Amino acid sequence: MPTMTEPQRATKTDSQTTLGFFARLRKGDEIAYLVTLVAALVIVLITALLAQHLWVNSELSRHTSGWRFLWTNDWDPGSGIFGALPFIYGTLITSALSLLIAIPIGIGAAIFLAEMAPRNVSNILTFLVELLAAVPSVIFGLLGIFVLLPILSNYVVPPLRAVFGFLPIFQGAFYGVSYFSASVVLAIMIVPFIVSISREVLIAVPASQREAMMALGATRWDVTWRAVVPYASRGIMGSVFLALARALGETMAVTMVIGNVPDIHMSLLAPGYTIAAVIANEFTEATGDLYIHALIELALVLFVTTMIINALARLLMLRFRVQEVNA
Amino acid sequence: MTPARTPRAPYPPRSRQITNAVMLTLTGLCTLLVVAVLFFILGYLAWHGARALSLDFFTKLPAPIGQTGGGMANAIVGSAKLLGIASVLGIPIGVLAGIYLAEFSSGMLASLVRYTTDLLNGVPSIVMGIFVYTLVVLPMHHFSTLAGGIALGIMMIPIALRSTEEFLRAVPNSMRESGLALGASKAEAVFTIIVPAAMHGILTGIMLNLARVAGETAPLLFTAFGNQFWSHGVNEPTASLPVMIFNYAISPYEDWHRQAWAAGFVLLMAVLFINVIARVVLARGRRIAAR
Repeated sequence: MPTMTEPQRATKTDSQTTLGFFARLRKGDEIAYLVTLVAALVIVLITALLAQHLWVNSELSRHTSGWRFLWTNDWDPGSGIFGALPFIYGTLITSALSLLIAIPIGIGAAIFLAEMAPRNVSNILTFLVELLAAVPSVIFGLLGIFVLLPILSNYVVPPLRAVFGFLPIFQGAFYGVSYFSASVVLAIMIVPFIVSISREVLIAVPASQREAMMALGATRWDVTWRAVVPYASRGIMGSVFLALARALGETMAVTMVIGNVPDIHMSLLAPGYTIAAVIANEFTEATGDLYIHALIELALVLFVTTMIINALARLLMLRFRVQEVNA
Repeated sequence: MTPARTPRAPYPPRSRQITNAVMLTLTGLCTLLVVAVLFFILGYLAWHGARALSLDFFTKLPAPIGQTGGGMANAIVGSAKLLGIASVLGIPIGVLAGIYLAEFSSGMLASLVRYTTDLLNGVPSIVMGIFVYTLVVLPMHHFSTLAGGIALGIMMIPIALRSTEEFLRAVPNSMRESGLALGASKAEAVFTIIVPAAMHGILTGIMLNLARVAGETAPLLFTAFGNQFWSHGVNEPTASLPVMIFNYAISPYEDWHRQAWAAGFVLLMAVLFINVIARVVLARGRRIAAR
C-alpha cells in the first residue's frame, strides 16, 4: 500500500489547525505500527511463557519419574509414586466414546441443516445449536449430576445391560458416576461444534457437485451421501478433530460426573478419572513439590496433546479451503 | 391415437426411495435431538433455578456451613470484577494485534502470530489455570482476584484478535484507498476510517467473548480460588459464580444444591442473553453489509 510522502502532506493546509490527536499521529505511521506490533508480540510472548512455565515447573516430576510417568498406573501421592496412566486412559476412553456418540448425531444434524432445511429454518436452528455451545461447562456438570445420572441409571443402563450385558465393557456395578456418564455429557458438549463447522463446510460444496449427481437421477440422499459428503470429508474431519481437542481438555463437567477414582477399568460403567479432572481436584490440596510438579506435568501432557490435535484439525481445514478455492 | 405406454419401473427404484426417506428423517431427528437438549437445559434450569431464586441471593453473603439461607452477592460482584480485569487486559491486546494482522503485517511474523494465537486458543482452560498459578500466584504467594482476571484475560485475547481481524478484513478496500487518496496517512486511515467501519462487528465479538469467559470455571480454581466473604481490592481471593456453582453442586448439603440451581440459572440467563443480543445484532449487521 502506498505511503504518504512529505511534499503531498505539505499541500494540505488545514492539518496544523483543525486536526488534533490523529493529525499528530500522522507523522507516526511508525508509532501505530509499533503499538500494534507490540500487542501481537505480547501474544507470542505469553504462549512461549506458557510452554516454558509448564516445562520448568514440572522438572522435578520429569526427572524423578521419567517416562514411567506416562505408562505406570500407580498414583500414590502419599508415598511419592506418580503413574499417570489411569488419567490418560480415562481421558482417551471418555473422549473416544463421546466422539462415537457425537459424530453420527452431529454429522446427521449438519446434513439436515445444510442440505434439507430451507435456509431461514436452517439459520434459526443453527442459531439454537450455537447457543448450546455457549452454555458454560459447569452448567452441564450441574445438570449431569442431578439429572443425567438418575436418567442413565434408571432408563439407559438397564436396557443396555439387558442387550449387551455379556460384553466386558458393560459389566460390574453402576453407581451413576462413570466413564459412560462422562462420555455422554462430553458428547452433548461437543456436538454443537461438529454441527456448526460441518454445516459451513457442507454449504461451501459447489452446486455443480450436487447438480451432476442429480442429473444422473439420484435421490436426494444419494446426492448428499455420495457427492456432497465425500467432497466435504476433509472439512468434516477437521471439525471432528476440533471437537476432540475440546473433549480432551474439558474439565468441569467431566470432574462432576466421572467419579474421580484413579483406577483403570475395562467396564465403561465403572468410575474413573481424567487428566483435567485430577488437576482440578488435587492441585489446591497437593502438598510437596514433587506432587505439584507431577500435576503440572499432567497439564503439560494435556497441552502438548491438544496442541497436536488442534494442529491436525487446522491442517485438514486448510486443505479443505485450498480445495474449495481451486474448484 | 397415442401409442400405448409401456409400464415403466419407477426411477429411482423403490428401495432407494425408501433409503432416501429413512435417512432424511434420521438427519431431521438428529437436529431435533440437539435442539431439544438446549430447550431441556433452559426449561430445567428455569424450573429449578427460578424457584430457588430470591432477593437474598443477590444481596447476602453465603451462609456458614450448616445454616440455610444466604446468597451469593460476593460471587456476583467477584465475577464482575474478574471480567473487568480480564477485559482491561485481554481486549486491548487482542484488538490491537488484530489490527496489526489485518492492516500492518506481512510475511513470516504474521504467520507466527496467527499460529501462536491458534495455539493459545486451543489451550485447555485448566492448563491456563495452572499457567497463571505458576506465573502470578506463586510469586505473589497467595490467590487473588488479579490472578483470576489475568487468566480470563489471556483466554479473551485469541478470540478478540480473530473477530477484530475478520471484521477489519470485511471492510472494503475502496474505503482504505479513498482514505489514502484524501491525504490520510496509513495510521489515520486505519484509526479514523477502517476501525470505525468495523467497530460494530468488533464490539459484538467482544460481547460474545465476555459471555464465553463469564462461564469459565477451571481457570479460576487455582487463581481467584474462592471466598465466603467480600473480597476487597484485587489482592484477595474472590468468589465467582461458576466456582460457587461447582463447589455447591458437589457438596452434600441440600440447601447448597438449591443455591447452585439458582446460581446456574442466573449465570445461564446472563450468558445466553448476551449471546442472543450479540448474534441478532451481528446478523442484522451482516444483512446490511450484504445489501
